[in-house]
Amino acid sequence: MGKFKSHILVCGGTGCRASRGEEIVENLQAALQENGLHKEVQVVRTGCFGFCEKGPVVKMVPDNTFYVHVEPEDASELVLEHMVKGRKVERLLYLDPETKERISDSKHMGFYKKQYRIALRNCGFINPENIDEYIARDGYAALGKALVDMQPDAVIQMIKASGLRGRGGGGFPTGLKWELTRKSVADQKYVVCNADEGDPGAFMDRSILEGDPHSVLEAMAICGYCIGADTGLIYIRAEYPLAIQRLKTAIDQARDYGVLGNDIFGTGFNFDVEIRYGAGAFVCGEETALIHSMEGLRGEPTVKPPFPAERGYKDKPTNVNNVETLANIAPILLKGSECSVRSVMKRAKEPRFLPWPGRSTMWGLLRYPWALPCAKLFLILAEVSKAAKSSRPCRRVDLRGAA
Amino acid sequence: MAKVKTLDDLRKMKDQLKSKISLRENGENPESMVQIKVSMSTCGIASGAKEIMGFFVDEFDNQGLDAVVTQTGCMGYCYAEPTIEVTKPGEKPLVFGNVTTDKAMEIIEKYIKEGELVDGIIPDSYETIE
Repeated sequence: MGKFKSHILVCGGTGCRASRGEEIVENLQAALQENGLHKEVQVVRTGCFGFCEKGPVVKMVPDNTFYVHVEPEDASELVLEHMVKGRKVERLLYLDPETKERISDSKHMGFYKKQYRIALRNCGFINPENIDEYIARDGYAALGKALVDMQPDAVIQMIKASGLRGRGGGGFPTGLKWELTRKSVADQKYVVCNADEGDPGAFMDRSILEGDPHSVLEAMAICGYCIGADTGLIYIRAEYPLAIQRLKTAIDQARDYGVLGNDIFGTGFNFDVEIRYGAGAFVCGEETALIHSMEGLRGEPTVKPPFPAERGYKDKPTNVNNVETLANIAPILLKGSECSVRSVMKRAKEPRFLPWPGRSTMWGLLRYPWALPCAKLFLILAEVSKAAKSSRPCRRVDLRGAA
Repeated sequence: MAKVKTLDDLRKMKDQLKSKISLRENGENPESMVQIKVSMSTCGIASGAKEIMGFFVDEFDNQGLDAVVTQTGCMGYCYAEPTIEVTKPGEKPLVFGNVTTDKAMEIIEKYIKEGELVDGIIPDSYETIE
């Protein structure tokens, strides 16, 4: 069999799927079949590209053509023009609101230009339901490196040095949290991934779980190794059916490959992950309330201390991290604590998601360095929104949760 | 039965799987590697441009060379189809005409790998308006 000469990446995030993304995939496949190209062109469902306002997004590689607002009816034209005749379909290219020019490569779009992606590294690039593609992108290599070559303390030191802070909102230094949980003495400990994401309009955790679920599983296993836990629990709201489905697929694949389960990488380390569903109560994103909810109790916060690191789930030491925090772990281990340092700032240097929901012409997921001064961020956003000729220009940047 | 028993298993697996997505990774920064554009219009396809494109894709894969092979519209050299344009990083693009699989092999072995010029170059007869 010959190799695929092109890939068509179709966004498979909730937003684009709601705009009939699935039909686009089917129609593209049918059109390829019709033109005898099904063995040369591969159609891949990926995670979120981030530019949700322009969805459904379809990207052709290797020539990196970024089509926006694609309808299922456009599929045959895309195949006939782009794939058969080698001509770009102008009308579906992104129209730069400033210059009124069509831009085909996303690299040149104002929306993507100044972004820097770590936690979103695989979103919109790999098929989230295929562990092979994750492994091809160095997936589970960080877990292997930690288990085989590093002591838990060394891993924790690295996370501390990176300056990574909790992305759920609290901003607690992640390395310190792991260290505290590691120091607690108990026969059983737990790693909990907080995927409750209750802030109105927020969708960054969902995008990661839908676009790159393995990155979260891998980080949970690394955390388990560091703190001495063999069980991971993902607390996710039931309103995220696609994220849940992809997580389940990912967990099954990871078990099948042996990167979750017993004796991982032959090191004797055991770790497995279970999913727990939340009913979508805003307060259950707070870690003590989340833990009570998982225990089957009323989802209400309790006073700290004791911190979950001392007494959490079932009164055992528990490390609770947000999805986005976890998605940053593997790159730190592989590329070093400095990987996230793009500025000279001393703290919290890694890029931060900015979900941009609401009534703007540019909404979607953007990533900018976290240590960017507010004023500078505001200027960038103002520039982006001005370039978008938004009727509602950027007037304010809200650094809290939207609630 | 677990497929990944050791870290070496994972590394081997990664090397095997890499080619599955190398197309996408290479597409991210094509400027840094050899780019080949195959003219794929009616005239090109009729003269076998598809086979030539497939040949390049397979050959780069077999030899483990990093390159981006894309298709483009008619370049205007209909008398010399199939035509391809080869751009090495940091060099000016060169257009080759009447490319057969033998010629393609020669282009890979001599021009791309060794930097020697081979017969069949169509001289620049145009300028692009930026």
